Parts: sequence; structure tokens; C-alpha cells
Amino acid sequence: YKQHKDLNNTTMKFALFALFLGSANAWSANSGNSRRELLQQGAAFAAAVAAAPSIANGYAVPDLAYPFDGLEPSIDTPTMKIHHDKHHATYVGNLNKATEGKDEVPILDLMADALEAGPAIRNNGGGHYNHAFFWSEMAPPGEAEKTKPSAQLEELINKSFGSLDEMKAQFSARAAPGALFGSGWVWICVNQAGDELKLVGTPNQDNPLMKGVADEVMFPILGLDVWEHAYYLKYQNRRPEYVSAWFNVVNWDKVSENCAYVVENHAGVPF
Amino acid sequence: MAFELPNLPYAHDALEPHIDARTMEIHHGKHHAGYTSKLNAAIEGTSMEGQSIEDICKNVGDNAAVRNNGGGYYNHCLFWEVMSPNGGGTPSGDLGDAINATFGSFDGFKDAFAKAAATRFGSGWAWLCVKDGGLEVCSTANQDNPLMSGVGCEGHPIL
Repeated sequence: YKQHKDLNNTTMKFALFALFLGSANAWSANSGNSRRELLQQGAAFAAAVAAAPSIANGYAVPDLAYPFDGLEPSIDTPTMKIHHDKHHATYVGNLNKATEGKDEVPILDLMADALEAGPAIRNNGGGHYNHAFFWSEMAPPGEAEKTKPSAQLEELINKSFGSLDEMKAQFSARAAPGALFGSGWVWICVNQAGDELKLVGTPNQDNPLMKGVADEVMFPILGLDVWEHAYYLKYQNRRPEYVSAWFNVVNWDKVSENCAYVVENHAGVPF
Repeated sequence: MAFELPNLPYAHDALEPHIDARTMEIHHGKHHAGYTSKLNAAIEGTSMEGQSIEDICKNVGDNAAVRNNGGGYYNHCLFWEVMSPNGGGTPSGDLGDAINATFGSFDGFKDAFAKAAATRFGSGWAWLCVKDGGLEVCSTANQDNPLMSGVGCEGHPIL
């Protein structure tokens, strides 16, 4: 939570500054005050300030764990640069504007009620969560090919889809333009009961953590961005080619960690 | 009678520098061509075969393939037609008058249109339509268009 640390520092500095001002004022206005009274006033003031809604908004684009060319040739370097530094950054900037003056909560906590919160939070909060999730589940092909589903994940995959190959085939079909028309995401989620994996497509920047989007709130463990901005520079209209190439950069160890986390906590992967 | 991909009224590079030649090639030759062939496949053997594309859009039900590809076919046919290498300038005559009456000025119309385009999240289109004898600006998602009932301003697109 880099952004939360910075926020706390900012708030703390402001509170200390306010305490200093408060003390200075009280001193000059009424030098007869006891030291204890002064400290109490200052402390109360600082506490009030610290409890006030944050002024700076701290959602931030997370750094990639690999260089921009790290996912070549599946995902090309210019796409990674623009996708991360422009598209994801825009969602974060808009989200910070939309949450200005409000208490900052982890991005995961904005998901459940995102539809109710309105389009600014739904679209930009969803965009931020989805992309943070996306970057974290991928790895350079050399690393990715050494990863595999854990025993827990493999069991869920076989139970829900029959096999990993079958899951990939169904995932690819769900991601095809005919099945997911326009902009959106395709997900593998753990269901509410925590005993099955579900394949879900969502439009725009929605995700299955949002109430009202899928049949029930579900917890993504793997997701694929099929907005054109995710693949157009290299693949143009050939989305199926992108989907197929993307499997080469999926970090199944991370997907397995996601699975363990959401099953254990009955909650989405936090960022 | 199957729908055909219309030829572009101009060369691929004719709209440079505003729209690049490569985009025109792929947009027309791949995307629009794809909608055309998928539309034909979706209506083959149905009562929609032989209908005009406007009627298909007006009567679009919950058949996603017809909606998406019929919309895509219609939308792109209009799109190529309303652009020209000799384009730009300002509208005159009845359209110019109507724009001034509805939006205050041509700039006012452009602002409204740009806003509709900028605020459409995800894939979609922005439109200028004739509705009940007047003009309206709206936007629609994906390959929907206002000919489809319940969609956008439910007017007849002219831009």
C-alpha cells in the first residue's frame, strides 16, 4: 500500500503542523494557560484533523513487476507502455477526482457497491482494480512456462471444467468477439460457495465483485482484458490470436495464490 | 439477397492526416467486412433476408448476432458516406438552420457532439439524428444505433 503510507505521512505532517499552530495561537492569545490545557487543546485539534477525510487522494498505478518488453511477444512493448502509463493511469486519475474529499478505502472495498456508487466510481474504480489485477497475474514467458496450477486450483479446474485444456478452450470461446462483443473482460472466478470455478464475461470495466453484474458476487482469480486497447496495436481485429498468445504469459503460481486467498477469505484479491 | 460490403467512396489514404490509410484499410476491409459476412450468416434462411438494413435495425430483437452485425453493417455504411477528403467547413441550408436553432451555433453543436462522444464509456458511437422534425445528439453502445427501439434518442441518424 505505497499510496496509503504516503497518505498517512501527509496527514500526520498536517496534524503536527496544526498542533504547532494551535499551540502558537493559544500561547500568544492567552499566555496564562497551563501547559496541560495547551497540550490538550493541541492534541484534540490534531486528532480532529487526523480524523478528517484525506485531502490528497492516494490511488496509484502499481509498478509493473517486469519491464515493458517483458511480456513480448504475447503482448508488445508499446501496448504495455500505453496500457499501463495512459489507460490505467487515466482510470486512477479519474478515480482520485471522483473520490476527492471522501475517506480513502482500498480499491477492493469500492467494488461491491460500485454500481450504486455511480458511473465515475464504477468505470474508473473498476478500471483501476481490473488493471492492477491484470498486471499482477502475468509474467514473462520464460517464467510463466515454469508455473502451474497448485493442487487446490487443479482440483477446482478439473471439477469445474474437466481439465485445464478444456478451461482454456471455454475461456477462449468466451473471449471471442462474437461472445464478448465490444469492450470488456473475461474472468475465472471462485463462486460464493467457494467450491467451484465459474467462467464469466463482463462489459466495459465491470467485474464480478460488483453486486448486480454477475449472477452472484464472485471472486476473480484470473482475468483477461479484451478491450481493443489491450491488443489492437499488434493484433488489430485478430482478438482470438491475442487470447491464444496471452496464455503464454499467465503466471499460474499467482493464479493459484489468488485461488487460495479467495477461497480462504471469501473475498476478492486485495490491491 | 445478401448484404455487400460497400466500396469506400474514396481511396484509403484520402482522409489523411485525420484518419490514416492503414486504419481505413483495416476498419473497412476487416471490421466492416466482418460485420457484413456475419450479418448475412445470421439472417440466412430467416424472414429478415431481403429486408433493408434500416428495417432490420428497426426490428432488432434479442438476437445478438443480428443486433451486433446488423448494427455494425449499417453504422459503418453511414460512416464512410458522411466523410470526404473534400469535407469540413460548415453546413448551410436547412441543416445549417436546424443546427443553429437547436444548438445555438455550429460550435454549439460540435460541443454537444464531442461531449456525447467523450462520455460514451467503452465501445460505441456518437450520433446526430433527426427526431420528430428536429435534431438530437446522442450516443449508443457497441454497434447499437438509434434506429433500434429503446436505444439512444430513437431518431434517424444523419451523422
